[in-house]
Amino acid sequence: MAPNLRRKRQWTKLCFSLVAAVLCCYAGVFTLRRSGYIARAGLDEPIQSASLRFSRNTGGTGRYLVREAGQVWPKPQHQVSTVEVFVLNRDTFNFNYAPGSQRCEILDLAFERYTEIIFSIDEATTSRKCDADSTCLTVLEVSVKEPCKGASLHLESKEKYGLVVTREGVKLKADSVWGALRGLETFSQLIYRGEHGLYTLNRTDITDFPRFPHRGVLLDTSRHFVPVKYILQNLDAMAFNKFNVFHWHIVDDPSFPYESVAFPELSKKGAFHPDTHVYTQKDVRTILEYARLRGIRVVPEFDTPGHTLSWGHAKPDLLKTCYTMSGKYRGALNPVHEATYQFMGKLLQEVKDVFPDQLVHLGGDEVNFACWKNDAEITQFMEKQGYDYYAKLQTYYIQRIIKIVESLGKESAVWEDVAAKGQEGSVPKDTVIQVWRPRNWAQKMAQVTRHGLRTILSGCWYLDLISYGEDWPSYYRCDPHAFNGTKAQKDLVLGGEACLWGEFVDWTNLLPRLWPRASAIAERLWSSEDTTDMEDAAVRLGEHRCRMVRRGIPAQPLHPSACPFLPV
Amino acid sequence: MTSTPAAHDPNKMAVLRRTQAVFSVLLVLFVSPLPCHNVPAYQKPVMVQQTGKVLPKPQMLTVSAEAYTLAMSGFKFTYGSSSQMCDIVDQAFRRYYDLIFVVDGVKKAPVVSKDMSELTELQIMVKEPCTGVYPSLESSENYTLTVAAPMGTLVADSAWGVLRGLETFSQLVYRTDDGMIIINKTTVDDFPRFAHRGILLDTSRHFIPIKYIKQNLDAMAYNKFNVFHWHIVDDPSFPYQSVAFPDLSAKGAFNPYTHLYTQEDVKDVIEYSRLRGIRVVPEFDTPGHTASWGAGLPGFLTPCYDGSAPNGKYYAANPMLNTTYDYMTKLLQEIKDVFPDKYVHLGGDEVSFNCWKSNPDITKFMEKMGFGTDYSKLEEYYIKNILDITTSVGRDYIVWQEVLDNGVQVAKDTVVEVWKSNPSVPTEMARVTGQGLRAILSSCWYLNYIAYGEDWGKYYKCDPQDFSGTQAQKDLVIGGEACMWGEYVDGTNLIARLWPRASAVAERLWSNKDVTSMADATVRMDEQRCRMVRRGLNAEPLHPGFCQFEYD
Repeated sequence: MAPNLRRKRQWTKLCFSLVAAVLCCYAGVFTLRRSGYIARAGLDEPIQSASLRFSRNTGGTGRYLVREAGQVWPKPQHQVSTVEVFVLNRDTFNFNYAPGSQRCEILDLAFERYTEIIFSIDEATTSRKCDADSTCLTVLEVSVKEPCKGASLHLESKEKYGLVVTREGVKLKADSVWGALRGLETFSQLIYRGEHGLYTLNRTDITDFPRFPHRGVLLDTSRHFVPVKYILQNLDAMAFNKFNVFHWHIVDDPSFPYESVAFPELSKKGAFHPDTHVYTQKDVRTILEYARLRGIRVVPEFDTPGHTLSWGHAKPDLLKTCYTMSGKYRGALNPVHEATYQFMGKLLQEVKDVFPDQLVHLGGDEVNFACWKNDAEITQFMEKQGYDYYAKLQTYYIQRIIKIVESLGKESAVWEDVAAKGQEGSVPKDTVIQVWRPRNWAQKMAQVTRHGLRTILSGCWYLDLISYGEDWPSYYRCDPHAFNGTKAQKDLVLGGEACLWGEFVDWTNLLPRLWPRASAIAERLWSSEDTTDMEDAAVRLGEHRCRMVRRGIPAQPLHPSACPFLPV
Repeated sequence: MTSTPAAHDPNKMAVLRRTQAVFSVLLVLFVSPLPCHNVPAYQKPVMVQQTGKVLPKPQMLTVSAEAYTLAMSGFKFTYGSSSQMCDIVDQAFRRYYDLIFVVDGVKKAPVVSKDMSELTELQIMVKEPCTGVYPSLESSENYTLTVAAPMGTLVADSAWGVLRGLETFSQLVYRTDDGMIIINKTTVDDFPRFAHRGILLDTSRHFIPIKYIKQNLDAMAYNKFNVFHWHIVDDPSFPYQSVAFPDLSAKGAFNPYTHLYTQEDVKDVIEYSRLRGIRVVPEFDTPGHTASWGAGLPGFLTPCYDGSAPNGKYYAANPMLNTTYDYMTKLLQEIKDVFPDKYVHLGGDEVSFNCWKSNPDITKFMEKMGFGTDYSKLEEYYIKNILDITTSVGRDYIVWQEVLDNGVQVAKDTVVEVWKSNPSVPTEMARVTGQGLRAILSSCWYLNYIAYGEDWGKYYKCDPQDFSGTQAQKDLVIGGEACMWGEYVDGTNLIARLWPRASAVAERLWSNKDVTSMADATVRMDEQRCRMVRRGLNAEPLHPGFCQFEYD
């Protein structure tokens, strides 16, 4: 069949599907009227266990259909929706600034973006007109109080917004442009295909703000190179989930893809390939700007002193040579050479210039002491300093690096290893400790916050660890406040991060592996502490997964199901 | 600080080092299962370079150091003067020409070296007529490939052997960093160890668009798989648009307009497969796994009862009604007309008796038939009827192992697919072949089950003939299948999840029994993964590293 004919056939199919969709959504709205929630597409029994080849099933096909109902993910703090519905049409709907509102490129571009996102739900519905007597909304009016030109999100930024959908129109109010971005995302999610396939949304009043200010996703671009295109796609997905930190674990043992201005040889010799597997300064700027426009901070990680093998290809003297019976190998950065600190000073100066965020991640994890133990130079230094164990040398190193970062006017984040037991006092109070070990993470959170240090949690959110079946509930149930501690300690928890380490992930499988699993974490970090109803979450997550797929993110399925649009 | 004093004593130092070395090894062993973001035993990732290694490994392969270049304008595939000619081979010429010369989605003229001889032609010789033929279980896939400048030759009995040979040829070709296309002087004499080398896709739990089914057929051809086991319908949905019973998909598909395979789609898939030497074996699984049939075929499923009243639920085909068998006759007749393969998969797995037991009419029927309370006799009755119908419409059948486990008498040419691991795979394989029946294995190849890390080794180590039995029994093992059940898989993640893990299965089923070196296989797997990526498939990475040609 010729492509044109096939296209036509699809259009015919679409017209039919419209009828089905209308019935489907109509049913959905009725449910909404009755209970305020929509039952999870009939998935009333748990999804089959891994021990069975097939899912057990006694019901009909309908139970697998994901329905559009305009439910929001992550769940807003306060939302009241009524049965009153309004419709939108592409030709007559506009995003506008309210009188007196601040204006800036961030919002201008967001208006364009969300117009596309909202009105590309399905080709068939775009041609539908709002008729005179239907309740047609023609404007969303944004009011932003703080100036926003050229702004970047930071840890203290306000993301709170108020969104009111009434007959008079849609009003979105926020102190900062970041609140407005979150509100636009929410608005776009409220819209579903309603009666007659029209873009429909219910009368709604939302006041929303995040529970935690640091909501991150870590990507590792060293174990596999991830082309810029996929990093940008992932930033889109993050915005769809109100994540606001891209923790860029940019270099590590396997490769050094960051093309440094001060030390170009690092990527020339340390990248997988110096031409194709590098992030040029232009690439980095592209990513930073793309993230900024979506209210996402980019926190770069230059992990030292361990995890630096790839640095040694260009700078062998940076690394300590270690000896075993079978030969020698390269260990961590040499902590007893002044040259190491001079080099790090220069590199961090560049990091400061290139990455605008206040926070720099310094790593500091998994230093191999075995190498130091065998080394005369190290031993001598230890004796001179009066250090009686190696963690003290590690502390010495990281303290000096943190000082460099301080002198540059930035703050440091480090992995929990740096705040080892007995060493918690060794880092400045404004250091952020990232807790990553899955075992006893709660104890670690308590220990770190007891010393007045701020912390972010990843221990229960290592999404590179996969298993068979629907695994998001375990991520969803993990709460960063679930440790024994005072209110003051809890307040030191800035948030958390979903980590997708790169051993088995590259551009071929990154997005489906991360999404929608990371969405569970997005809700835990944004929504109120008591948002714990798994049934309700399952329904909304099902819709949200399909929403991401429709927006072009290949988010993998959660369970046997079908999305309410042409399969992609 | 305990080691410091010793540091000044060279002897003690050595002892210490040794102790520490042992300790580090232990530490590595102990720590490595903890998948932290570190690889404790760190090894520098090496670029996976194209070196012309073939996966699955050919039965006999001799590569010499002498190398030739290929030029895009100068190279051509030709038929030998006495060769049969057909569309299958014509189209394969075009396909493989592109696969050899296309890098990153564009045809890139290679650099040609003046110092090397040029291979300008590969001449193909097909002995058997091949116009319009379909592959079958009995097809010959043998081929002999000789690469020598200026003209190589590829000789095969059938077009299928030519396809396998062209795949091998395309894999022998590699591109150097400086842009030359190289092939070494090589002779290959190759044939598959097993005749049935399959991939199962499940299009009921999630609908899979034709685009991905075709991508998967491409991947299968790159790995010399030759059976697409299409588990086309099941409980969740019925996406097959039947001519005889259009209501089945109208009422049983996820969406009757968007989530279905039309007759035209099915023809498209069958033809795409045929051109790649892949059989399409459809599975219409009954009597269980049929929930999605109920809406479109009223009366087909058994009404379940609570006490003396129907409870509104239905389960499994109703084995006591003649209409059930009439339906199945009509459907199987259609399947015979639509799917050219001699085999149809009839399923027959995982039948629960609860609903049948609850139904008073079934109870009466059991009495009448003298089955007592042995419901497996009722299942046998159903299956026996279906097998007979299938035979009567002129098809052979494959069934899941339960059919045999439950003692149903099957025809001698039945193929039994073993999927359970309980009590044990060898026991079941011995049992099936002990009854003189042919077997295919999939128990150890359920690729829908995923785990953290590099897991292809366990698929690679599984051997279908690894059971106690006579040579005659071993000969009854005709192959195996990698299964990708659809609970958690659709177009978004299918290709990445299946490949290159299924490549391990491909080699086990094609290559010689003694091809078992994991070290050798690792090199081939790496190159094959990168080759698939270069050819446009989202085959996922096996470990940290990168490919010579990897993304656009």
